[in-house]
Amino acid sequence: MSLADSDRELVEEELGREATPAEAALFENLWSEHCAYRSSRPLLSAFDSEGEQVVVGPGDDAAVVALPNPNTDGYSDTYVTLGIESHNHPSYVDPFDGAATGVGGIVRDTMSMGAYPIALADSLYFGAFEREHSKYLFEGVVEGISHYGNCIGVPTVAGSVDFHADYEGNPLVNVACVGLTDEDRMITAVAQEPGNKVMLVGNATGRDGLGGASFASEDLSEDAETEDRPAVQVGDPYAEKLLIETNEVLVEENLVESARDLGAAGLGGASSELVAKGGLGADLRLEDVHQREPNMNALEILLAESQERMCYEVAPENVERVREVCERFDVGCSVIGEVTEGNYVATFQGETVVDVDAEFLGEGAPMNDLDWEEPTEPERDLPTVDLPEAFEAVVASPNTASKRWVYRQYDHEVGVRTSVRPGDDAGVVAVREAGVGVAISSGAAPNWTSAAPYEGAKAVTLENATNLAAKGATPLAAVDCLNGGNPEKPDVYGGFKGIVDGLADMCSDLEVPVVGGNVSLYNDSPSGPIPPTPTLAMVGATPSYDAPSMEASAEGELLLVGDRVLADPDTEARLGGSEYLRQQGGSDRFPSVPEDASAFVQLLAAVAREDHVQATHDVSDGGLAVALAEMVSEDAGIVAQVPEQGGLSEVGEQVGWLFNEATGRVLVQTTDPERVREAFSGVAPVVRVGEGQRDPRLDLSVSWTELSYDVDDIAALRATIENELD
Amino acid sequence: MTVAIVRFGGSNCDRDALRALESVGVDAEIVWHEDGLPEDVTGVMLPGGFSYGDYLRAGAMAARSPIMNDVRDAAADGVPVLGVCNGAQVGCESGLTDGAFTTNESARFQCEHVHLRVENADTPWTAGYEPGDVISLPIAHGEGRYEIDDDRLTQLETNDRVLFRYCDEDGDPSVDANPNGSKHNVAGVLGERDTTAVLMPHPERAALADVGGTDGRPLLEGFVRAVDAE
Repeated sequence: MSLADSDRELVEEELGREATPAEAALFENLWSEHCAYRSSRPLLSAFDSEGEQVVVGPGDDAAVVALPNPNTDGYSDTYVTLGIESHNHPSYVDPFDGAATGVGGIVRDTMSMGAYPIALADSLYFGAFEREHSKYLFEGVVEGISHYGNCIGVPTVAGSVDFHADYEGNPLVNVACVGLTDEDRMITAVAQEPGNKVMLVGNATGRDGLGGASFASEDLSEDAETEDRPAVQVGDPYAEKLLIETNEVLVEENLVESARDLGAAGLGGASSELVAKGGLGADLRLEDVHQREPNMNALEILLAESQERMCYEVAPENVERVREVCERFDVGCSVIGEVTEGNYVATFQGETVVDVDAEFLGEGAPMNDLDWEEPTEPERDLPTVDLPEAFEAVVASPNTASKRWVYRQYDHEVGVRTSVRPGDDAGVVAVREAGVGVAISSGAAPNWTSAAPYEGAKAVTLENATNLAAKGATPLAAVDCLNGGNPEKPDVYGGFKGIVDGLADMCSDLEVPVVGGNVSLYNDSPSGPIPPTPTLAMVGATPSYDAPSMEASAEGELLLVGDRVLADPDTEARLGGSEYLRQQGGSDRFPSVPEDASAFVQLLAAVAREDHVQATHDVSDGGLAVALAEMVSEDAGIVAQVPEQGGLSEVGEQVGWLFNEATGRVLVQTTDPERVREAFSGVAPVVRVGEGQRDPRLDLSVSWTELSYDVDDIAALRATIENELD
Repeated sequence: MTVAIVRFGGSNCDRDALRALESVGVDAEIVWHEDGLPEDVTGVMLPGGFSYGDYLRAGAMAARSPIMNDVRDAAADGVPVLGVCNGAQVGCESGLTDGAFTTNESARFQCEHVHLRVENADTPWTAGYEPGDVISLPIAHGEGRYEIDDDRLTQLETNDRVLFRYCDEDGDPSVDANPNGSKHNVAGVLGERDTTAVLMPHPERAALADVGGTDGRPLLEGFVRAVDAE
C-alpha cells in the first residue's frame, strides 16, 4: 500500500512541492482509515459525549471521568480513565503477540493521562468454536492477554467471548482499560509550551511493526498469516511494567507537561499528534532516538511501531530528573527535540526529511462519503423443537457456556480491589480513594447485531447498563469499539451505520456519555465480512464495594423484572438474534428495546443495593433458560414455573418466552417481593417466576413437562470450553 | 520496626503487600532492590509478580540480585523472611527454602481461590491458626507446582517444615484439591529456621476487611510474632 494518488495531490498542493519519502509514508499512515477514521468519522457525530462527570472527552489517549462523591450529590476530584482499543488484524496473523500488544497499547493510553491502570476488560470474537482454526486463535489470544496483563500486574476483571461463523477469517480482540487518577495528577496529550523538550522514553526503536496502521486498514488476504507477520509487533511486558513504574514517578513528581503513547504510526504519529493538539510544532532530530539496530533510516525511525515507548513534553529544567528516573528503572530515554511554534519538522543527520503543518497532518485527511444500504430484517420462521434437547443445546453452547477457562488464566485479583470477580454480570473494583465501587461491563452480541444492526446495538447498550445496575452501580460513562467489514461495500456500511446509530441513540436515552472509542474497519477476508460488532465498555459507580451475587439463595422469591411478554398479552416473544435460533435453525424479528429503559436501569441500581435482595442476574444470551441455570450453585437451587399471568398457553409461546433474548430484564431474588413491586411500579412489570430451594438444582415446569437439572448436570453442560481445551 | 518489601523490576504485589501489612499493624516500606536492605529491618517480604519478566525461570534472576545476599544474611540471623508467589520462587531459587516451584500441571496460569490446611501451627507464621485449620486464600501463578526429590521431601515432612497443603473444604489434601500438581499438595514450606517461610498462595490478598476475606491476616501478623519471639 502507498499513499493514494488523490491524497498525494492534496498533500503536495498544501506543501507546494513534492512530498519527501518520509512525508509520504507519514501521510499514508496517519491518513489511513485506522488513524483518521475517514469512513466512520462522518457517523461518529451521532454520539453524545457531554456530561457533568466528563473531564476529558473523545480525542485524547483515553477519556477521563470524575467519580461521584458518595457523601454529596456531586462529583469528587478522583477520576477514572477509560479507553478501548482493537487489535484485530495482528491477532489473526499472530494471536499471542497480537493480543498481548493490544493490552500493552491500551495500558499506555491510560498512563499517558497520568493514571495508574487498575482494571482490564477484554471482548473477544472468534469463528465457530467447532473449527480447529478458531480454537487455535482463541487459545493464542487468551494466552497472549494472560501473559501480558498478568505480568504488568493489572487485573482483568470483565469481558466477553463470542463465537460466530462470520469471524472465521477475522477474529476481533477489543481491550478496554480503566485507570485511576485525580485532579492533580492528570495530564493530557495537548502540548503546552514552545521551548519544552520532546523526550522519548522506553524501549529502543527497532524495525518492528512497520506500517501497522496501514496494514490495519486493509482487508486480510488469504496469505495474511505468513505475509503480514512483519507488521505485527512483539510485546515485552517486563519492559511495560518498568515503563509503568517510571511513568508513575514522573507523574507523581509532576515532571511531565503532556504525554502521548506510541502506537499506530510510531514516533511520527505520537509526536505530531501531541504538538498538533496544542496548535504547535516541533523540531525533532531523528538520529537522537535511542535505537536497537544499526543503520536505521529516517522513515524507519519515524514509523516503527516498537512497543513500550512513551513520548513526553518536559520542561528544560526537568530533563535531568527524568533521565535519573529512567536510569533507576533501566528504561531507555532520549531528548529528541523541542516543541516550537512552527511546523512539524524532523531532520536526520542534518537533512530535513519532514516539514509539514502538524494540524494538516493530523486532521487534513478528506472524509469518505460512502454509499450504504438499509439492512433488511428477517421474517418469522420458527422451528419445532424438543424442549429438553433445546435447553441442553443452548446452555451448552460455547457462547453461553462458562468462560472460567478464560478468566482463570487472567490474574483478576492483583491490586486487591476486585470485589466482584469475572463470571458475574459485571466486575466490581473497590476505589477506596473515592469510597466507591466501580463496576465494569464490556461486550457486544454478534447474533443480535447480525439480525438487526440498529436494534441489536441498542440492546447491547441496555444489556451492558443492566449488567452494571444488577450489581448496584449507576452507569457513568462508556467507550465504544466499533468493528465492521469493508465500508466500501454498501450493505456492510449500512450495517455499520446501524450499529453506530443504535449505540448513540441508546446511550443518549440512558444518559450515558460516550467519552471515547475506536473504530476498526476492513475486518473482511476471503470468507466475508464480520458481523457489525459494537463492543461497548461501560463503567458505573456504586457506594458499596459489595454487590448481590448472581447465585440464588435457598430462601426468597424469584422475580422477573421487565418482561413485557408476560405483562402485555399483545407482545409476542421474538426470538430473532437468539442463541436458540442459532442452535435450532429458523428466523424471527429481533425484540425491540423498551421505551423507559433509563428509569429501569436507575431503579435497578438502587434496588440491588437494598438488604432484602439476595441475588440479581441480568437476562441476556440464551434468555431466561440460561439465566436460571446460571443462578444454581453448590449451595442452593431454584424452583421455577411459567407464570399463569400472560396467558402463555401454547407450547410455542412458552418456548419463546424461555429462550427470547429481549433486553431490559433481570432476575431478582428477594425476601421482600412487595418492596420490589412497589419500586418498579409504573416503570417495569414484576412477575414471580419461582423461589429458591435448598436442593442445588433447577426445577423448571412448563405446562406440558418438567425440566430438572442438578448443579453437576448444569456444570457439565456449561463446561463446553474447558472440556475441549483442557 | 520496619519490614522491607523488596521490589524487583517486575514485582507487582509490592503495593498490595504494603497495604496488607499496614492493615495488620506492621510498619513496612517498599525497598528497591538496587538500594540494598536498610540496616535496621525487622523483617523482609519478597512479594509476588514477575521479577525480570520471569524470562529465564521464575525467580531465577532475582535470586541472583545482590540484595539477596543481604536477605540470606538476615534470614540466618533470624530476621523473619516471607516469600509469596514470585517471592516464594525467589526464595527457593536463592536457597532460603528447599525445593522448587515449577510449571503448573495444567501448563497454564491459574487464578482462583483454594483451601489450605495448616500443617504446623507452631511457627510465627501460623501461631494464629490451630493445627489442621482450613483457610481460604487466592492463588495466581503459572509456575507453582512444588517439586523436590523424595528423600528431601521426607526430611521436610519429618522435621515439620511443611507449613500448608492444598486441601478440599473439609481439610482432605486430595488429588482433586491440588490445583497445580504440587508434590504431596505442598503449598508452602519453612526454611532452615522457623522465621523463614515461602508459599505460593497470596495472604496479602486476603487481609483487608473490605475485599477478599481475612484468612491471610494471621499469617502476616507473623512478622510481629517472630520479632517478639527473638
